[in-house]
Amino acid sequence: MPESYYQWAMKKGITRREFLKFCTAMAAMLGLEASMVPKIVHALETNPRVPVIYLNLQECTCCSESLLRAGHPLAADLILNMISLDYMEVLQAAAGEQAEEAKLKTMKEFHNKYLLVVEGSVSLAEDGVYCTIGGRTTADVLQEAAEGALAVIAYGTCATDGCVQGAYPNPTKAVGIHEVVKNKPVIKVPGCPPIAEVITGTIVHYLTFGVLPELTPQGRPKAFYQHTIHDNCNRRAFFDKGLFVESFDDPGAREGWCLFKIGCKGPSTYNACAITGWNEGTSYPIKSGHPCLGCSEDKFFDKGSFYSPMDKVLPEPSVEDINRINKNKVIIGVAAGAAAGAVGGGVATAAFLANRKDKKLYIDPEDFYKIKNQDQNQSE
Amino acid sequence: MATKRIVIDPVTRIEGHLRVEAVVEGNKITDAISSGTIFRGLEIILQNRDPRDAWAFAQRICGVCTHVHALASIRAVEDALQITIPKNANLIRNIMSATQDIQDHAVHFYHLHGFDWIDVVSALKADPAQTSAIAMSISKWPLSSTSYFTEIQNKIKKLVESGQLGIFANAYWGHPAYKLPPEVNLLGVAHYLEALNWQKEIVKIHAVFGGKNPHPNYTVGGVPSAINLHSHGVINMERLNLVKSKIDEAKTFIEQVLIPDILAIAGFYKNELWGGGIRNYMSYGDYPQTSINEPDSFLVPRGVVLDGDLTRVYEVDLKDPEQIQEFVDHSWFRYDNPDAGLHPWDGKTEPQYDGPKPPYQYLDENKGYSWSKSPRWQGKPMEVGPLARFVVAYAKGDEEIRHLVDSALQKLDLPLEALFSTLGRTLARALETQHRVNLLEKFYKDLISNIKAGDTATFNNEKWNPETWPAEAQGVGFCEAPRGSLGHWVKIKDGKIANYQAVVPTTWNASPRDAKKQLGAYEASIIDTPLANPEQPLEVLRTIHSFDPCIACACHLLDPQGHELNVVKAY
Repeated sequence: MPESYYQWAMKKGITRREFLKFCTAMAAMLGLEASMVPKIVHALETNPRVPVIYLNLQECTCCSESLLRAGHPLAADLILNMISLDYMEVLQAAAGEQAEEAKLKTMKEFHNKYLLVVEGSVSLAEDGVYCTIGGRTTADVLQEAAEGALAVIAYGTCATDGCVQGAYPNPTKAVGIHEVVKNKPVIKVPGCPPIAEVITGTIVHYLTFGVLPELTPQGRPKAFYQHTIHDNCNRRAFFDKGLFVESFDDPGAREGWCLFKIGCKGPSTYNACAITGWNEGTSYPIKSGHPCLGCSEDKFFDKGSFYSPMDKVLPEPSVEDINRINKNKVIIGVAAGAAAGAVGGGVATAAFLANRKDKKLYIDPEDFYKIKNQDQNQSE
Repeated sequence: MATKRIVIDPVTRIEGHLRVEAVVEGNKITDAISSGTIFRGLEIILQNRDPRDAWAFAQRICGVCTHVHALASIRAVEDALQITIPKNANLIRNIMSATQDIQDHAVHFYHLHGFDWIDVVSALKADPAQTSAIAMSISKWPLSSTSYFTEIQNKIKKLVESGQLGIFANAYWGHPAYKLPPEVNLLGVAHYLEALNWQKEIVKIHAVFGGKNPHPNYTVGGVPSAINLHSHGVINMERLNLVKSKIDEAKTFIEQVLIPDILAIAGFYKNELWGGGIRNYMSYGDYPQTSINEPDSFLVPRGVVLDGDLTRVYEVDLKDPEQIQEFVDHSWFRYDNPDAGLHPWDGKTEPQYDGPKPPYQYLDENKGYSWSKSPRWQGKPMEVGPLARFVVAYAKGDEEIRHLVDSALQKLDLPLEALFSTLGRTLARALETQHRVNLLEKFYKDLISNIKAGDTATFNNEKWNPETWPAEAQGVGFCEAPRGSLGHWVKIKDGKIANYQAVVPTTWNASPRDAKKQLGAYEASIIDTPLANPEQPLEVLRTIHSFDPCIACACHLLDPQGHELNVVKAY
């Protein structure tokens, strides 16, 4: 019987107190109540290491690299002590036939018990000749490994949506893996790449609770993809005040103002960047002065220039605008706060926000910009 | 003598998908082909895009060397539009380049290449007290006690005893080509784990200036981050202190762990000096002190050395249509004139697959066999990368490089000629981390001096607006990536990209043969490599890995009748 994470930790000389502290931190990271901590403790004390097969398909390996940046747990601890990483081209010592044997062994001995993590898209054009591994197409390799997997995680925007190679005109017909894996659900962990602690958090959630995390309607773990970057942005106060950077290194940029006008896609991008941060919380793109590219959203390379604002001119939304959006939505709650923010420089945006807050349901910011665009087109 | 053909598919511990097939006579390889088996069409996708956006697309060519394609792309656009960047932007870009080189080289040495030299299972037999004594004799690195190495050894033991070996499963452990004593293997495993934890620290420098790593952010005309010592949410003293602390940590790790390790390990392999290959070396040069347009200011010099002759260095001109050309005779691409070479400005990317239908056993070297083109300089195949940079710099008399090389070779008691080998390639890469960490310190100091002098500009806005651009323009952007010379060639028309071509280091090194049957660097180096056991081609892995390939690869050794001796593959 393989040892549990707890057994390993004890042998490593970690104290019980440190172990419990780790469990509490893990619970906080996963957005769980304190009452869940004992369950994490129990799981890490008793479970053997879950086998993981990691496939690299049509990709650039940024997701593998991101995994190596994990700080909690450390990538080395995850890989060597918490899971059994039985196949990952980038890291495994074995090559060739021996590597294939290791994968086949896991697929057989742990049928329906291994996790499949997939980085990269599947190329469907020309019968798959644009990406072959061992003389086989990506679709072939993926289908074989998905068959006996207990769960399939699409890790990174290549695997969830085809990413850059799937951008127009998509010459290799690169698609997300859900187009090929049809017989079981695919958990989407998008981003180019995703944040290290987002993928480790998703995997550790399963190791800890034995079930997959709750997902958003798009199939992404809620713990990391429920809110937009804009919702939690460190420059958000400047957006609300209407203080915008107009050009890199202008006076506003030197004060850390909002990047909306130079193309920031934070308002339509659902990801944990502004909360979890990158490289153990060191920064994230907006914090370092560059607009968000929107890399966790489908077709983010085909939404116009990265430096074009989401609307040509910063919209000045009114309560009426917001009501127009909401007309077509199922709304829970009352728009009581809608008018409350209608004071001072950030009149419209504050109203927009207040409204969102009270609705308890998301209003896709894109809907908002869409109606502004319609208005503009009509007036032209 | 009977000839055989074997297959390694893919060679693991590399980036991407590459396949190599080779013919073996006895224990000697007589022919080899190298095939890139992935095509994503980024050059096609880049057509008609806004040139200011191009870096984000080009960056996704590679997530391992995550900085260099973005840098080459913005430099290409800046060259085309004649945009000059502020001094701080040049310094910050140099800091990011050196950060990339150091992190990438360390990950390569320990995590991608390490198991070609270090036998993990042998480490179980080590006496930790002796490992401790060895560690203390070569370095003052504090993690060197007997109890520390006992803990590492127990960790491996537990993994082995659990029956779930994970990434260590099924490798060539015990192969006769492993030469290290168990105690040094244990040292190597300990540092494998330490390096894995440390590499995530140095890239925090990328996160400070570019927001994240992998795939930090860039901007044409400068760098995205503004400097203001009297505000927060921008580059201020706290951010600079973070950068400085990561530079200091890196210097300690390189000087006390990586450099002592390479010298210790190389000492056990110093009689195995094969894998030199084509011996033509090229460097575009990089790390400008003033501007990328002034090669004389480069701290990594530019030039070409042919046939290992250090007495002469040739000039390289990336804009000369006769110098750098790409051929497609043996590639799955179509040119109007299939035998002609095209300069990248006039380059074409039209896929035309004529290989076997997957699943397939073998490729046919008489037809197209790779998604990689064959770049040539003055018609000659070139090796690029750390060794090439060292050879060019050495030949040009660069004092720091000469000192690094001479003192390492002196310690190993090896002649200069020993550099032209698999081991030499690995040694050069390790020594280059020392060079780069020195550069990091220098550029950080320069950045502080410049800010102190009152210059905080990081971006040039003059030509941001496309209305300021000429109707037509063309440019080339280049850098020395961890794996070698990288160039992006762009043509801009009416504010949009009209053509985009990237010639990447691995295209040079992994290139298929050309019309004149000249082999690429991988192919030539594999032919140079003997095999102790063709069923377990560890030495081929070692030679291929010494280039640090940026495409997942696969080696086939087939017999001329097409009979497969041994298919070494992983799907």
